[in-house]
Amino acid sequence: MSEWWTYRLSDFLLFSPRTWHRLFELYHAWLWPAQPLVLLLGVGLLFALWRGAPWAPRACCLALATAWAWVAWAFHLQRYAAINWAATWFALAFAFQAVLMLALAWLSASGPARRSPTGFALLIGAVTLMPVLGVACGRPWQEAEVFGLTPDATVLGTLGFLLVQVHGGRSRALAAWPWLIPLMWCGVGGATLFALELPWAGLLPLAGLAAVIAGLARRY
Amino acid sequence: MLLQRRQLFAALASVWPGLSLRAQTTAGPLLTRAIPSSGEAIPLVGLGSWITFNVGHDPVAREACTEVMRAFFEGGGRLIDSSPMYGSSQPVIGQGLARLGRAAPVFAADKVWIGSGARGTEQIEASRRFWGVPRFDLLQVHNLLAWEEHLPQLFAMKSAGRVRYVGITTSEGRRHAEIEKVMRSQPIDFVQISYNLLDREVEQRILPLARERGIGVIVNRPFREGALLRELQRHRLPPWAAEFGCDGWAQFALKFIVSHPAVTCAIPATSSVAHVRQNLGAARGVLPDAAMRARMAAHVAAL
Repeated sequence: MSEWWTYRLSDFLLFSPRTWHRLFELYHAWLWPAQPLVLLLGVGLLFALWRGAPWAPRACCLALATAWAWVAWAFHLQRYAAINWAATWFALAFAFQAVLMLALAWLSASGPARRSPTGFALLIGAVTLMPVLGVACGRPWQEAEVFGLTPDATVLGTLGFLLVQVHGGRSRALAAWPWLIPLMWCGVGGATLFALELPWAGLLPLAGLAAVIAGLARRY
Repeated sequence: MLLQRRQLFAALASVWPGLSLRAQTTAGPLLTRAIPSSGEAIPLVGLGSWITFNVGHDPVAREACTEVMRAFFEGGGRLIDSSPMYGSSQPVIGQGLARLGRAAPVFAADKVWIGSGARGTEQIEASRRFWGVPRFDLLQVHNLLAWEEHLPQLFAMKSAGRVRYVGITTSEGRRHAEIEKVMRSQPIDFVQISYNLLDREVEQRILPLARERGIGVIVNRPFREGALLRELQRHRLPPWAAEFGCDGWAQFALKFIVSHPAVTCAIPATSSVAHVRQNLGAARGVLPDAAMRARMAAHVAAL
């Protein structure tokens, strides 16, 4: 790209805010009534993680793998790609993350989750706060971010999970890989929301930063 | 009813001269300008599709786009411009053209936008199918991407009668030196550039060169993607804008552009039927002369 310094963030936005909001509205209308069921499942897994159930981390891995695969296909490929050609690449990245989460589930040892305050804060935020964030900012319910069904909430929850997950045995070699795509999405998704001038645009980059800091603090 | 409204306009115009000019902006044929390479006349105002027509699978928004196209053709418009880069804009235009059928005398302008010259023909054919037209009237190399590879192919298509005109595009003032180089060295019919009341760099070299070389000029981003109008609408339209029949800032901005003698067509994009009618009004009635254009630019620069 020549003269790249002359481009603004909005130059990369191919659609209007109205089209973006309609994308979510139509997606949710198509999914209904899956949203409350997925929400309940998310709350249940979060509760099990919090209580230290030894099966919960692996179950979360499997749920997250399903969520990433679903978002790749149903959101990015089937809908978002119609208004943004880059979404085909997003779909591929999300599908790869689903494979990584499956691998993590397969290789992880059983055991209770780590009591990471940042990790649980991100998980609680993803499952319970993200759906009401848009409403609190004046958007209708029909455009809500739902953990497991839409990209940003799923990414936020995954970062939280990666902080509470305990690596052991064979999964240690895989530890860094599942961070890559969620952190990249914090940049891509955040940039999209900034270009759309949505009030919660800073949330995803900040959450990514908090997760990295908490992850590094845990490591060193 | 229509007659009564006309009579009312006539009566009011006798006591309010500006009204007759306003009435001119919504009726009558559009002003045209000849494409320099052929002499074919096209209306001074066309329709862009960047962002506004990229509505994905949304049936309600697609129907709204068809209505914009209907109002555009009913108002005398012809040139619609798109690109493979514009998401779903091409299939949305194609759906509109299919719905409007013979009522759509479209001048189909599209682009090739791919880094590989070898895949240009394939992309153009995919675009043509989306539009549902037998051939494009104009094909342009989008943002000069791989123009050295695409232009020979487009000229070959033109020779074979598979496209009528060939052009190049840029936007927001980028790569003007290279645009000039292509304009001087290649037998293109059109150049598409950004030009508006505030972004006037093209007046220095590109527009005079287009006149000198007999190249048509299509103007994109006439409202800076709406930002210029949002800024202007904070101010009152100067009363002297009525002298050349402006009914608002959109027509003021467009009349400034299309009154430049080198400009063939401006392509504002909109998703509103009211706005497309208003935009077409800029190609009706009186156009500002050089002195008035200077006054318009100075007025906006001082706001």
